[in-house]
Amino acid sequence: MPLYRDDAIVLRTHKLAEADRIVTMLTRTRGKVRAVGRGVRRTKSRFGARLEPGMRVDIQCYEGRNLDTVTQAETLDTWGDVIARDYTSWTAAHAVLETCDRLTEEHEPSVQQFHLLAGALASLAEGAHEPGLVLDAYLLRALAVAGWAPSFVDCARCGDPGPHRAFNIAAGGSVCRVCRPPGSAAPAPETLELLAALLTGDWAVADGSGLRYRREGSGLTAAFLQWHLERQLRSLSFVERA
Amino acid sequence: MYEGAVQDLIDELGRLPGVGPKSAQRIAFHLLQADSDDVDRLVTALTEVKARVRFCTVCGNVAEAELCRICADPRRDPSLICVVEEPKDVVAIERTREFKGRYHVLGGAISPMDGVGPNDLRIKELMTRLLGGTVEEVIIATDPNLEGEATAAYLSKYLRELHVRVTRLASGLPVGGDLEYADEVTLGRAFEGRRLIDA
Repeated sequence: MPLYRDDAIVLRTHKLAEADRIVTMLTRTRGKVRAVGRGVRRTKSRFGARLEPGMRVDIQCYEGRNLDTVTQAETLDTWGDVIARDYTSWTAAHAVLETCDRLTEEHEPSVQQFHLLAGALASLAEGAHEPGLVLDAYLLRALAVAGWAPSFVDCARCGDPGPHRAFNIAAGGSVCRVCRPPGSAAPAPETLELLAALLTGDWAVADGSGLRYRREGSGLTAAFLQWHLERQLRSLSFVERA
Repeated sequence: MYEGAVQDLIDELGRLPGVGPKSAQRIAFHLLQADSDDVDRLVTALTEVKARVRFCTVCGNVAEAELCRICADPRRDPSLICVVEEPKDVVAIERTREFKGRYHVLGGAISPMDGVGPNDLRIKELMTRLLGGTVEEVIIATDPNLEGEATAAYLSKYLRELHVRVTRLASGLPVGGDLEYADEVTLGRAFEGRRLIDA
């Protein structure tokens, strides 16, 4: 059986049999990988703690027909362990990991998604920004990488330079008066400014935003995400917002 | 595919956790060849467990009466509550013979990705127990994984408001192991929870 080694971030785990786990990871060069960690639920396991959600590991596996098997794991970053000590960050991290799981495919490399995920988890672990803002920034950028970049300034349909007042999820973001479909939302201009800042990484604007605009922005981001994923994200309803 | 009853038995056994189609087939044929008395005992045990066993109204542990054996025992210290995820964790702690308090079984750990939030666990019941004023310390003994850690973080956030002492089971090196084989997270926790050696 061929062995391989990669840089991986653990997305989620499932219990398997007596003491094993199926570990879903996003690797740098192989895309999403599902592998069995044998005996990792035992307290004496040598790498059980390394294969928890949110951990970045240097992993060695051998390829299997359906599932690979983890043979070695060395810790590179213990983001998951740090994040789990703060409940608000933990709920945001779960939404980040679940989104990544949905947006990536097995054995299809996605280096941009890998770096984006690493950045979001590192930011949550450092606690440099409010977890809800980090989550929304990640969701918007992950969607952009997946090909669904929202527009918060120019019209998403005709490209007319903005800012515009109307916002329509199905149309792809801000829409001008001419293109505005019926039933479009009319968020506060500050909300659209915040979302644009989160998408581009302008943290000075994002950190200085008001609570009301953050709430409105997270609602629009969640609706935008679920429209494109075509299904509900389980963990999003558990995120503790400021 | 087998005929009628045999296939029904294989299908039912295959629904059990950790039992695949091959194992189900093996168990089914073992039962077919076993003595009638042995099979009767198994049938009685299965029927009895569903008829007699329920969950303790106070702690959520498995019980055969309204209260479990531990909650009904007046010798157990009511000022100490140990919070665990599952009834099997109660058995594991009881085996140590170190803990003389009572338990509270949550029924799992918070896992947003699996759709399990605080409202799906027996957290409200725990809060109600604490309102009585007899509890002085809550020991959080959720699993030493990240879901268990996050559940402990959530509980401590709300329990502190009730002015009870909240402690968490120590994490660290397993007895009988070599230090060089410990992973970074476990070793880090062992350092965090180091204790003074009494002279």
